[in-house]
Amino acid sequence: MFNKAFHLYYDGFRSMALGRTLWKLVLIKLFIMFAILKTFFFPDFLATNFSTDAERADYVLQNLTRIESDSNR
Amino acid sequence: MIEQIDLSLVNWARATFALTAMYHWIFVPLTLGLSFLCAFFESIYVRTGNEEWKKLTKFWMTLFGINFAIGVATGIILEFEFGTNWSNYSWMVGDIFGAPLAIEGIFAFFIEATFFAVMFFGWDRVTKKMHLFSTWMVAVGSNLSALWILVANGWMQSPIGMKFNPDTARFEMQDLWSVISSRVAISHFTHATSSGFLLASLFVVAVSCWFLLKNRHSLFAKRSIAVACVFGLLSSLFVAFTGDEHAFITARTQPMKLAAMEALWEGKEPTGLIAVGLVNPDKKPGDEQDPFEFSIEIPGMLTLLAHRRFEGVVPGINDLTFGNEKLQIEGVAEKIRRGRVAVASLGDYKAARKSGDAVAAERSLKIFNQNQDYLGYGYLDSVEQAVPSVPITFYAFRTMVSLGTLFILMFLVFLYLSAKNKLEDYPLILKFGVLSVFLGYVASQAGWVVTEVGRQPWAIQGMLPVTVARSNLDSGTVAVTFFLFLFLFTALLIAEIKIMAKQISLGPEGGKS
Repeated sequence: MFNKAFHLYYDGFRSMALGRTLWKLVLIKLFIMFAILKTFFFPDFLATNFSTDAERADYVLQNLTRIESDSNR
Repeated sequence: MIEQIDLSLVNWARATFALTAMYHWIFVPLTLGLSFLCAFFESIYVRTGNEEWKKLTKFWMTLFGINFAIGVATGIILEFEFGTNWSNYSWMVGDIFGAPLAIEGIFAFFIEATFFAVMFFGWDRVTKKMHLFSTWMVAVGSNLSALWILVANGWMQSPIGMKFNPDTARFEMQDLWSVISSRVAISHFTHATSSGFLLASLFVVAVSCWFLLKNRHSLFAKRSIAVACVFGLLSSLFVAFTGDEHAFITARTQPMKLAAMEALWEGKEPTGLIAVGLVNPDKKPGDEQDPFEFSIEIPGMLTLLAHRRFEGVVPGINDLTFGNEKLQIEGVAEKIRRGRVAVASLGDYKAARKSGDAVAAERSLKIFNQNQDYLGYGYLDSVEQAVPSVPITFYAFRTMVSLGTLFILMFLVFLYLSAKNKLEDYPLILKFGVLSVFLGYVASQAGWVVTEVGRQPWAIQGMLPVTVARSNLDSGTVAVTFFLFLFLFTALLIAEIKIMAKQISLGPEGGKS
């Protein structure tokens, strides 16, 4: 059973034609997304700037309530 | 307050999200619908044993694979954006979205790792029935996978089954089942997935019409058109049915959106539906300007849509903005007042907790709990800010509905000509068939414009406006990411079109997948 399943994947990948191009494209895309975009352009704002959940909660609460005091209400 | 917020930041973040979501929605509906069409084609092959149907199935399956490969993971970028551009929002909804998105991830992984492999690699390795089962599982699984993200979106349009925790600043799940089974979520899911079926049917018709115009693979094209038109007709009727349900629910959960969809400023009984109209773009809440430059109205239809009977008022934008005692509608001004009380008491609660004053904290919490349903309104500066863009919502709605109606007629004509075996006698109709897939994309995107522009200014309906949901970033940084995505997604789209066009031109006889 395991052997059959292994060969399904192994032979399937080996005999791909158009699939090879598509897999290359998927891998390039994932590389751009995770290695470039996520790392350099999309850091998680709260995870990067605060080290604990309590700090993050405090910061968001500050945002939710500071807006009110900014507008002198 | 709104003046103190960098509006260009909010708008760049909105534009980036809209761009990403719209590109993502180019790939998704085709995956949703084409997976089922492949299952239908293969079912016919298994039932008839005719190898031509196998060839036909393999051809469409290859196009499905191309679209899937190019589109896969484009949705992950939306999640990146939540964490970076919309961090307040992301933090607040983490508990609600965590469960549906985790289920989606696990679901997608198992389906893709198992049934996809059998579908693409298993033609000569498993039995016909096992292969067919895998193809059906891919179709069902792909669509169920979409359920979870649409549940999350439905929750944003009508937040239920949760409670706001003032200590953690998070909406916490109280009842997962009510989130999943909410009428808004179900209606979103059925309407969005069936529109995907419709679009994929148009895609199959378009490619097949191209073959017929080129006088290539005629039998293959006619068979494909016959199946796609039956599926497309049923889907487009179901889209209309779920759209009606959607409008009925919107009348209850987001009446401002419905009013904007119809550019309805004053409610009346019965309320008519604007069949064709040119809205006055300068009209503002409370002013005396005419709402339309020109319009043709179907009397009573909007009342029927909203109430499912010919009696009853559909509130207009002015009724909802300024309140209407007769209709027992609370105006936005009162909601803003209570929202500000909620925001102030949340601040007082936080301060009292910090200073260890338990009595003051309890008092503030009590006030907050009494007003928390209005929290989002506390961040609005004026009643006008509660009104979405009327022209965009109005025109997008009309684009979607008119094209949807056109597709029903189109499928009927194609089915008739298909049954009479006269498709090739009408090259103009075939050319329209090729064009129809682009119109399908316009209709599909317009639907999302209605859904998302129509709910502005809310990230979470009534609870959190987009101006508060955003992160404190430099707008230049967000603008850069907008253009990065524009470049990346356009490149992906070009890649998809090139690979797809090459594969189509090879036809059902061509190339190994």
